[in-house]
Amino acid sequence: MTLDYRHVATWMRDAGPLSDIVISSRVRLARNIKGFQFLSKADAQQKLELLEYIRAGLMNSDLANELTFLKIQDTSPLEREILVERHLISKHLANSQSPGGLALSADESLAVMVNEEDHLRLQAMSGGQQLMETYQRLVKIENILDERIQYAFSPDFGYLTACPTNVGTGIRVSVMLHLPALKLTGQLDKIFRAANDMKLAVRGFFGEGTEPVGDMFQLSNQTTLGKTEIDIINDLISEAVVPVVDYERKAREALMDEKPIELDDKIFRALGVLTNARMIASEEAMYQLSLVRLGINLGRIEGISLETINDLFLFIQPAHLQYMNNSELNPLQRDMARADYIRHRLQQ
Amino acid sequence: MMQCQLCKKQATVHLTEIINGLKIEKHLCEHCARKEGITITTNMPVKELLSDLVNSQQQAQQVSQLSCDDCGMTFGQFRKGGLLGCPNDYQVFKEPLLKLIQKAHEGAAKHVGRVPHVNSSNIVPDQLKIMRLRRELEQSIEHEDYEAAAKIRDQIENL
Repeated sequence: MTLDYRHVATWMRDAGPLSDIVISSRVRLARNIKGFQFLSKADAQQKLELLEYIRAGLMNSDLANELTFLKIQDTSPLEREILVERHLISKHLANSQSPGGLALSADESLAVMVNEEDHLRLQAMSGGQQLMETYQRLVKIENILDERIQYAFSPDFGYLTACPTNVGTGIRVSVMLHLPALKLTGQLDKIFRAANDMKLAVRGFFGEGTEPVGDMFQLSNQTTLGKTEIDIINDLISEAVVPVVDYERKAREALMDEKPIELDDKIFRALGVLTNARMIASEEAMYQLSLVRLGINLGRIEGISLETINDLFLFIQPAHLQYMNNSELNPLQRDMARADYIRHRLQQ
Repeated sequence: MMQCQLCKKQATVHLTEIINGLKIEKHLCEHCARKEGITITTNMPVKELLSDLVNSQQQAQQVSQLSCDDCGMTFGQFRKGGLLGCPNDYQVFKEPLLKLIQKAHEGAAKHVGRVPHVNSSNIVPDQLKIMRLRRELEQSIEHEDYEAAAKIRDQIENL
C-alpha cells in the first residue's frame, strides 16, 4: 500500500453545514492540455508523456508539499479498489490498462485524476453543504497549475473536454444527500422528476451508472456551458439543495408526528440487526446503517456518533474490509468480517 | 425491441455493471428500473443526442465522413464512441457539434465562465509540433517511405 487507509479522510471529520442531510460537497473541473490529443486518440507513449508532464507540473509547483503522486499502474488491485471506495478515483481510472495517475492531499480533500476521461480531473471535497468554499479552494489549485500547464481552451466553447457534455466550464458540482425519510414516504420520484426538469443528474453512491445504496443520492449539474461557474453553483444550491433538504426535513417531521412507533420500529430493528448479525451483505448493511443514521439525527438513538456511522459506511466495503483484515476474503468471509466489524464498532 | 426483464414492456434502461469481475447486464423499462431503485440519470447519453442530429441519409453520410487532420477522428467514429479525439475536433466538427452542444447545455453555444491566464490560441507549443511530426513519422514508416521518415525524425530531433 502506498498510503495509509486505516482512517476516514480528515475532511470528513468536519461535518459542515446541513450535515444531517448533506453528507458532502464535491466540485470537479475537467481540463485537457493544449498540444496533446484527448485520451481516446492518445497512444500509450503519449499517455506516459502526459502523465509525466502533469506530474511535473503539479510536483514542481507550490503544491508539491501537500500532494502525494501515485501512478495507478504502480498500485495493487486492492489499493485501486480502496481508492474507488474512498471516491478518490473512478472505476474507469482504476480499471484502465494505460498510464494514469492520482495526486492526493493528505486530508484527501483534494484529488487530481490524470488520464481519466480527460487529461485532468481536479476534484475537491468538503463535509456538508460547502459548495462555494470547495470551489474556491479548487480554483486556487487550478490557478497554480495554469501557470505551468496550458489548458486546451477556445474562446467560443471554453475549456475543451473529450465529451462535449462537459465542455465550457468543465465543472461538475455535486452534493451527496442522505434522504431516508423521502424514501420511506415514497416521495423520491418527485425529487427525480424535479431534478430532471432542472437539468440535474441524480446518481447513486458511486456516481455515474450506479444504484443508490443506503439512501444516498448524488445530485449534480449537467449544464456546463453558457453559465459561469458561480451561477452553476448558486443555481444548484438554491434550486436543488435547499428545496430537497427542506423536503427531507418535512418528511422526517411528518414521520415523527404521524408514525412515531413505526419509525422507531424501523430504526431500532436496524440497530438490532447491526448489533447482532453474524453475517451481513454490504447492501443490507448500508440499508440498516442508513436507518440508524436517521435515528441518530432524529435523536431517537443516543450513544452512537455520526462519525462512527460514517466510518462504517466506508470500512464495510469489500476492499476496505480486506485491507483492515489484512487478507483476501471471499464474499462469504466478507459478510462475516463485515458483521464482526460493525458489532465491534457499535459496542464501543 | 428489447424487452424489460421483469415486465416484458420495452426496455429503455440498460445497465452494465461489473461486480467482482462478473459482468451483469440489466434491461428494464423505466417503471421497473425505478422500482428496483435504479436511478435514471437525466444525463442524456451522447448517442441519443446524436441520433436525431442529422436528417437525410445523404447528409448523414457527409457528416460522418468529416475527419480531423490532427487526430484522425471522423465524426462517424465520434458518434459511435461519444468521445472526441483532440481539441481541434471542436473546429472540424463545429457545425454538427454545435447542435449537440446546444441540446446538452440548455441551448447555450458560448462559454461565459473562467478563462486561462494566457489566452493560448496564438501559441503553438513545441509539444504540439512534436505530436504532429511523430504521427507523420508513423504514417511514413507505415507507407514504407523511409526517406520522408528520416527527414521527419531529423525535424523532431531539432526541436
